[in-house]
Amino acid sequence: MPKTQQRVLIAKPGLDGHDRGAKVIARALRDAGFEVIYTGLRQTPEMVAEAALQEDVDAIGLSILSGAHMVLVPRVIALLEAQGQTDVPVLVGGIIPDQDIPALQEIGVASVFGPGTETEAVIQAFRAAIGSNDHGH
Amino acid sequence: MGLVDRALAGDRLALARLISDIEDEAPAGDEALGQLFPHTGQAHLVGVTGGTGTGKSTLVNQLALHIRSIKQNGSSRKVGIVAVDPSSPFTGGAILGDRIRMRDLAGDPGIFIRSMASRGGLGGLARRTRSVVQALDACGFDLILIETVGAGQSEVEIASTAHTTVVVDSPGLGDEVQAIKAGILEIADILVVNKADLPGAPKAVRSLRMALEQGYPKRRAGSRAGDESSDGDGPEGWAPPLMETVATRGEGIEALAGAIDDHRSYLIASGEIETRRRGRIQAEMDQLLRDQLAMDFLAARGEGAFFQAVERVLARELSPRQAVKGLIEGMTEER
Repeated sequence: MPKTQQRVLIAKPGLDGHDRGAKVIARALRDAGFEVIYTGLRQTPEMVAEAALQEDVDAIGLSILSGAHMVLVPRVIALLEAQGQTDVPVLVGGIIPDQDIPALQEIGVASVFGPGTETEAVIQAFRAAIGSNDHGH
Repeated sequence: MGLVDRALAGDRLALARLISDIEDEAPAGDEALGQLFPHTGQAHLVGVTGGTGTGKSTLVNQLALHIRSIKQNGSSRKVGIVAVDPSSPFTGGAILGDRIRMRDLAGDPGIFIRSMASRGGLGGLARRTRSVVQALDACGFDLILIETVGAGQSEVEIASTAHTTVVVDSPGLGDEVQAIKAGILEIADILVVNKADLPGAPKAVRSLRMALEQGYPKRRAGSRAGDESSDGDGPEGWAPPLMETVATRGEGIEALAGAIDDHRSYLIASGEIETRRRGRIQAEMDQLLRDQLAMDFLAARGEGAFFQAVERVLARELSPRQAVKGLIEGMTEER
């Protein structure tokens, strides 16, 4: 029987030009057997939501180092909801101050990773987030 | 309303989820394909193939932008894009990065881009690429650009999938002879030298033109379909034009889009479109028949018999061919 692959989107919304972290995570997820749609730098929230829709991903990872996470993440989640993608978990990595984490979780972010998180922990978080929703794959 | 009806009515999320079912070879996907198939056959399928780093994604991005900018009777053609990248044979994972070069297309509801991992497909496409293209065709996309894995030599499967195959080369990839390796040139309906602003471009163009002239001695390589009356070759001949583009700057894109439309007109005028349709359906059914037989076999015999046979081949008791023959004979005996 063909094995169903997990598909994830790794996106970098916002204006900062540092994609090293996002690339490391993309590669780690690929090596863990995920199909990773990687969209590159400077994505708008609209671009992220639209790519997630067309690619029908099982989870979305946002990498944000600019400090704009409290603007960008709610916007992405609102767009996903408007499109009917309420069942797609969102994970956020980057430079996120501890005090912002509860607010992000409040709006539905499944996991938040700071700098120096082990890639294995990130992979496990993606697996857990996908496993705990019923997005029908 | 079910996913199929929603997708046919233009619901993009429904289409995206149908494509996943199709790609995953889920029963729901097969059922959907059956319902979608009567709606297919309208789209022009354009394959874009060529080596790694020749700029296929950038070219596809520019082509889609150009096609969307042309309005006829107040509307422009809807463009579907299917971009295939390789899966790792070890982990099954993949990085699908074609969207990086297609960011100009974001926000246009007349465009739908889907990335596919090859999932073991060897001919430059995934096993289910044809089916995904059918879903886009059924849902009203007028022109579908199919970008293959960028291996450069073996992705000839695209020729039995698309109506028009565009082969992309670019200078500076080393050996010019590489460009004219068997198979890849023969499948070209249109040849493109991208990055034509690079120093090595004239040389690449020359060597491709020479290869074309050898391949089509009577047709004068590089002439366009419209020239055919002048060379007396009759309407049955299509000489693949050799075009130069600089995709990063949009140069040569209008001419390339024109050549793609010319090729479609040629296919229709010459009746070759029917031949290609037949060939495409035959190729697809051939593949499905093989897949289905293999699955039936494993269902009937269980994988155990297969792996036992593998052990006997490893022990050099049987050749692979003898082992397979034995497995199949064993299956028919049991029925």
